[in-house]
Amino acid sequence: MHNSNNMKEEIIRISGVNPTKCMRCGKCSATCPAYDEMEYHPHQFVYMVESGDIEPLLNSESLYRCLTCFACIERCPRSVEPAKLVEAVRLMAVRRQGANRMTANDVPAKLDDETPQQLLVSAFRKYTK
Amino acid sequence: MILSYFPGCTLKNKARDLDEYARKSAEALGVTLEEIENWQCCGGVFTTAKDEIATKLSSVRILKAAAEKSQALVTVCSACHNVVKQTNHAMQNDAEFAGKVNRYMAEEPYAGETSVYHYLEMLRDLVGFDKIREAVKNPLTGKKIAAYYGCLLLRPGKVMAMDDVENPRIMEDFIRAIGAEPVVYAMRNECCGGYVTMESPSLAKKKSTAVCENAVAGGAEMLVTACPLCRYNLEKNGATVPVVYFTELLAEALGVKEG
Repeated sequence: MHNSNNMKEEIIRISGVNPTKCMRCGKCSATCPAYDEMEYHPHQFVYMVESGDIEPLLNSESLYRCLTCFACIERCPRSVEPAKLVEAVRLMAVRRQGANRMTANDVPAKLDDETPQQLLVSAFRKYTK
Repeated sequence: MILSYFPGCTLKNKARDLDEYARKSAEALGVTLEEIENWQCCGGVFTTAKDEIATKLSSVRILKAAAEKSQALVTVCSACHNVVKQTNHAMQNDAEFAGKVNRYMAEEPYAGETSVYHYLEMLRDLVGFDKIREAVKNPLTGKKIAAYYGCLLLRPGKVMAMDDVENPRIMEDFIRAIGAEPVVYAMRNECCGGYVTMESPSLAKKKSTAVCENAVAGGAEMLVTACPLCRYNLEKNGATVPVVYFTELLAEALGVKEG
């Protein structure tokens, strides 16, 4: 199993984000459309990764609430781009064996007559590996 | 003018109107869209992780197919456009990523040579809104239409490079070109709830309702989008005005929409 320093380094490498650039203004969380649904908010991802506090993030439902809407990436005044950290931690979580969040068997129950293919492929890309 | 065209998975199924009217309108404007052969789905969302290679190969192959014909590439769906354009940007700017990708390319390597246009950019930059205005046979005079950009059409701004990311005008200019009146409202570039509707329909409901209410409060009689998922979320969550694809309105204005 990874130790927290290895995980931090891996997340930084995968994401390309430098969390030490963050000036703690909170604009990422202020602009996040999924804020109300998150246990850990975008600004918390930044300082928790920076301090190597990865395990709680790996196990958090917040990973699956990020909409990939690029709002925090666009609006971060320091170009820290928090969503890239959320994405890296999410991948670290779903890449573990048996950790797929959604399977093909789950799909029929979620469909309606209008469900666009785009919804299915996007959900699979975010929730499975 | 002949351009390569990538419709994407949804335009072959639930969003056939987005595709059909895009093609008909392009023909009416003197543009031939040549569909890329044997394309595969872009995957719907671009992953920002630098070590994700396989998930981006389908986009690179689409880009490479256009490059081989020395054609610019046009996409219509906001999500396809976002994924393909961000992948192209990574191929141009991330040598390590491009090197890994090119190990999967059988023949010539690809280095980001293709120019990618969203259909709206094609209308603005290659056709020209003035020419569209001249070609309009049935102007949508007096119709108050709210452009819904959502998240994927414009962001990230430095990669998509389509318009002012917080104060865009490309869709409003399009609406003017077809004779209607644009309604500008605050939520036009905020997210509808996207794919999280799969897990949290309540989030999508909250987000979509806020967008629709904001547009209607501004006087909108109709919402126009380029994204099948935006349309789905808005309609599913009780949009109080019709939600249509921009290509439907274009075809109607150009007189090529049948029925």
